[in-house]
Amino acid sequence: MKKELTNREAVRMAIDNAMKNDKRVFLAGEDVGKYGGSYAVSLGLLDKYGPERIIDTPLSESGFTGMGIGAAMNGMRPIIEIMTVNFSLLALDQIMNNAAHLLHMSGGQYNVPLVIRMVTGAGKQLAAQHSHSLEGLYAHIPGLKVLSAATVQDAYDMVNLALADPNPVILFENSLLYNMKGELDTGAEPLPIGRAKVMREGMDLSIFAFGINVFKALEAAETLAKDGIEAEVVDLRSLRPLDDEAIMASVRKTHRVLIVNEEWRSGSISAEIMARINEQAFYELDAPMRRVCTEEVPIPYAKHLEDAAIPSPEKIVEAAKAVMEEA
Amino acid sequence: MSLSLEKAKQFYYQMLLCRRFEEKSAELYTEMKIRGFLHLYIGEEAVATGIIDAIEPDDGVVATYREHCHAILKGVPPEKVMAELYGKMEGCSLGRGGSMHLFDKEKNFYGGYAIVGGGLPLAVGIALADKRMGRDRVTVCFFGDGAVAEGEFHESMNLAQLWELPVLFVCENNLYGMGTHIERAESETDLVKKAKSYRMEAHRVDGMDVVKVNDAAKKAVAHVRSGKGPIFLECQTYRFRAHSMFDPDRYRSKDEIESWKKKGPIVTFQKYLQEKGMWEQIDAAAIEKRVEEEIEKAVDFAENGTWEPVSELTKFVYAEEVSS
Amino acid sequence: MIYKMPSLGADMESGILAQWKVKEGDTLKKGDVIADIETSKGVIEGEVYEDGTVEKIVAKEGIEYPVGTPLAVIRTEKDDDATIQREIEEAVSALSAPSKKEEVAPQKEEEAGKTESVFKTPASEETPKSAAEELFGAIAKTETEPEKKSEPEAPVRVRATPLAKKRARELGVDLEEVAKKVHGKISAKDVEAFAKEMAQKGSAPKAAKPDAMRMAIAAAMSRSNAEIPHYYLSTPINMTRALEWLRDLNAKRSIRERILPAALLIRAVVKALEAVPELNGFWKDGPVVSHEIHPGIAIARREGGLITPALIDAQEKNLDETMKALTDLIERTRGGKLTSSQMTRQTITITNLGDLGVEKVYGVIYPPQVALVGFGRIMERPWAEGDAIAVRKVVEASIAGDHRATDGRTGALFLSKLDKVLQKPEELL
Repeated sequence: MKKELTNREAVRMAIDNAMKNDKRVFLAGEDVGKYGGSYAVSLGLLDKYGPERIIDTPLSESGFTGMGIGAAMNGMRPIIEIMTVNFSLLALDQIMNNAAHLLHMSGGQYNVPLVIRMVTGAGKQLAAQHSHSLEGLYAHIPGLKVLSAATVQDAYDMVNLALADPNPVILFENSLLYNMKGELDTGAEPLPIGRAKVMREGMDLSIFAFGINVFKALEAAETLAKDGIEAEVVDLRSLRPLDDEAIMASVRKTHRVLIVNEEWRSGSISAEIMARINEQAFYELDAPMRRVCTEEVPIPYAKHLEDAAIPSPEKIVEAAKAVMEEA
Repeated sequence: MSLSLEKAKQFYYQMLLCRRFEEKSAELYTEMKIRGFLHLYIGEEAVATGIIDAIEPDDGVVATYREHCHAILKGVPPEKVMAELYGKMEGCSLGRGGSMHLFDKEKNFYGGYAIVGGGLPLAVGIALADKRMGRDRVTVCFFGDGAVAEGEFHESMNLAQLWELPVLFVCENNLYGMGTHIERAESETDLVKKAKSYRMEAHRVDGMDVVKVNDAAKKAVAHVRSGKGPIFLECQTYRFRAHSMFDPDRYRSKDEIESWKKKGPIVTFQKYLQEKGMWEQIDAAAIEKRVEEEIEKAVDFAENGTWEPVSELTKFVYAEEVSS
Repeated sequence: MIYKMPSLGADMESGILAQWKVKEGDTLKKGDVIADIETSKGVIEGEVYEDGTVEKIVAKEGIEYPVGTPLAVIRTEKDDDATIQREIEEAVSALSAPSKKEEVAPQKEEEAGKTESVFKTPASEETPKSAAEELFGAIAKTETEPEKKSEPEAPVRVRATPLAKKRARELGVDLEEVAKKVHGKISAKDVEAFAKEMAQKGSAPKAAKPDAMRMAIAAAMSRSNAEIPHYYLSTPINMTRALEWLRDLNAKRSIRERILPAALLIRAVVKALEAVPELNGFWKDGPVVSHEIHPGIAIARREGGLITPALIDAQEKNLDETMKALTDLIERTRGGKLTSSQMTRQTITITNLGDLGVEKVYGVIYPPQVALVGFGRIMERPWAEGDAIAVRKVVEASIAGDHRATDGRTGALFLSKLDKVLQKPEELL
């Protein structure tokens, strides 16, 4: 059951299958119905499932996200689409104070099997308010699970993994990847939540990345290979929980670490990973760890400035070489 | 329509139970048996009593952080509420929630929420699930006048009416959002008008009169259950005590408080019963005694409760299995 | 009582106080571990030998101290207040005197530096300071730094990566030596290159790693060969009966309770030494016979090389206890958890190279011990019994003796006793 399709089609197919197989599943969000989804992910689903299950919402992020939480508490399996991560801040109260905390503050009585999908990332000249990467912010919150899909396979698998999970799961999708084609095996056992994946083996240094930066890292690794540096590229996939075991295994193998994320440097997920490596594998390090993150600036509109602000294969190559030259 | 003797006894007992429970809670707070925030409902008992009486056990309740009475009235045993205030494992949220986060899934008590307005979208979702699943259930969502200023109030009013969901929104208008009088917080103080602007059916009722609240609630619940969409009910009430235990209550006059106490829910109900000639029949002394015993039992239960071992600290962060 | 940097080997000049295992006020029993001491042989648990209470800890973790440096003061039963006071003064003054101190871990050094500048405010210092001095305390401090440089030896700052440190420990490489060659930060590759260079330069066989333990053994062995006039004797011993007896014994036991032939041989040596005690002891300007038998058992380390930790008080142990002690000794050796007694109190050495297929062992005595017992491989050999020739399991037992302490006759008596003992294995239980 292998086929080639785009990332967008893979997400759509997963939602479609879930709606078909489970009456409790519904999709709600801004323009997911008649418009077909602002990134056309849900195109065609309204005709198939009707407005009761493909629910166009008003611009009420807090309202419809909270609605999703309530519905999840009451037996449904909602998929809430928040158009982009920046809008999710309007729903942060619901996501953190309710979705993430309910199980705990109810003493284990109310779990929230909710899936929240949101588009993340810069690179489209959308300027400061539409270019955020806030994966690390969400990964900070206990009670949530946070996934980031890079490959077509994960775009499909992660929807299913999230729906099968009894906890609130946030799925980050990067719109720049929606058109990327890849192979999907619908019969394959999905790699569980909490597991990272080695995308390219290497002995010289480990590059940890997720989402679109996995591809930037892979491109950088090819460039580095020409200079005789064999980088191992690890797709973190799951940002909460992080796959400590896979991270440390790679560190023990290469002894050198570079982390790439598109969040602002301070307090980003790379800081957490570095801290864990320090705690768990300090004596495996043969060079100071480095990271390529977004510069500490709101994302500017002008193309050349935006490019300069976010991680690129060139920046990754440069940082990787610096790691190799250290010590 | 006059009240049955049974109902009269029940209301009197329930309001007294709420009153005594909270008075005891305040006392225990000063003895440091209860910590954190403690928000008391004293003075507002007629609202929750009248409303919750109008719904079925299967119906849901979403409440605020001032929700001890709502929980008890929805059927959560007082001893489990008291144990929760103590932070004991036997509490209705296993000691994880405390005063502001009482939960009881079995009783369809969806919990106390401490972010003002935060519970409204949940009530919308719970009602949406019921409607989609074809269940004949009503969700009652309590909130105060302060929540009306929150965006979530407006979003939820809109969504509930837009999708005609079975929610009864009960606004307990006690005139103050913490220390700020509604006149100083709202450009439009007519809350019914606000709800009506969403084309929602909305009514105002004297929240100090349990009979009137109950009448209004019964009509509202019937409307909601019939599938005609949500209703907004403003209950005008007043809290006799400060916002929380740690509140010097500087923002209102003693005279104002005293004038409201004169029309307090228990006094008002007593007058009603006397007018109807039922006061002697309900045997208030016997009810007082029964309440006293229940409170004593609740305190004993909480005192004898257990502290959850610290080794269990990280429990209830993630659910292991999907609950059906 | 002053607890001093223990000497854990003849070749130990100093040790790093890796970690205190106690704090002031703790009570200690004889044999308790007071601190982990990092030596060229690895981390060794420093023991106390008297009951007492930790009165004052004067030495800091992470610092290398010469042997004999006061590290802590312990109040024992016989110490009065005046003694303790005097000892504390002595310890404190000994430590404040200029001596070779080095910070071994950069991160510790940084921490120490931080404590200095951040937490030690001028106000907390003894002499009152002016407001200006308080304000410019940091500058004043900087200005005093040159004084430090006048100390005999400035601390050497080794900048090595965590992995380099780990490798250096594994390979027994002294990072300070590497630092002399490598400018800037030391990586694992630098350590490995250094180790390789040492191996090529040194006389050690190519395969062997030139670690510090190797060097220590080399020194001891050279001394032994130079100082000790060795004599060697050997004899084949029929092990058939002993091994059969052992097989039957083990058949009745769970895997965990089984006895290895090695334990049987150790037990037999101890028995034989009880009859011939002259071989158990030291040469210290004359023979010293030890009544306690602490055989040093040659055990291969994971990282290479042999080490001979002592099986303490073997004379008090039956066969099961000997086996248990042997297992413990192997585990501790592999885990780097040997105690200082185990490292230092050997009264004789037993080496069993049978595993490697060697038939006969001619060992070199570890000074100041006076003998080494060697066992080769247990082999099937033609054996004369009465008139007949039969195939029997035979081990070659040997003794290397210090001719200053004993002569060949003592060695011969020992081997003969050993043979007799092994023919009655049931008596070894």
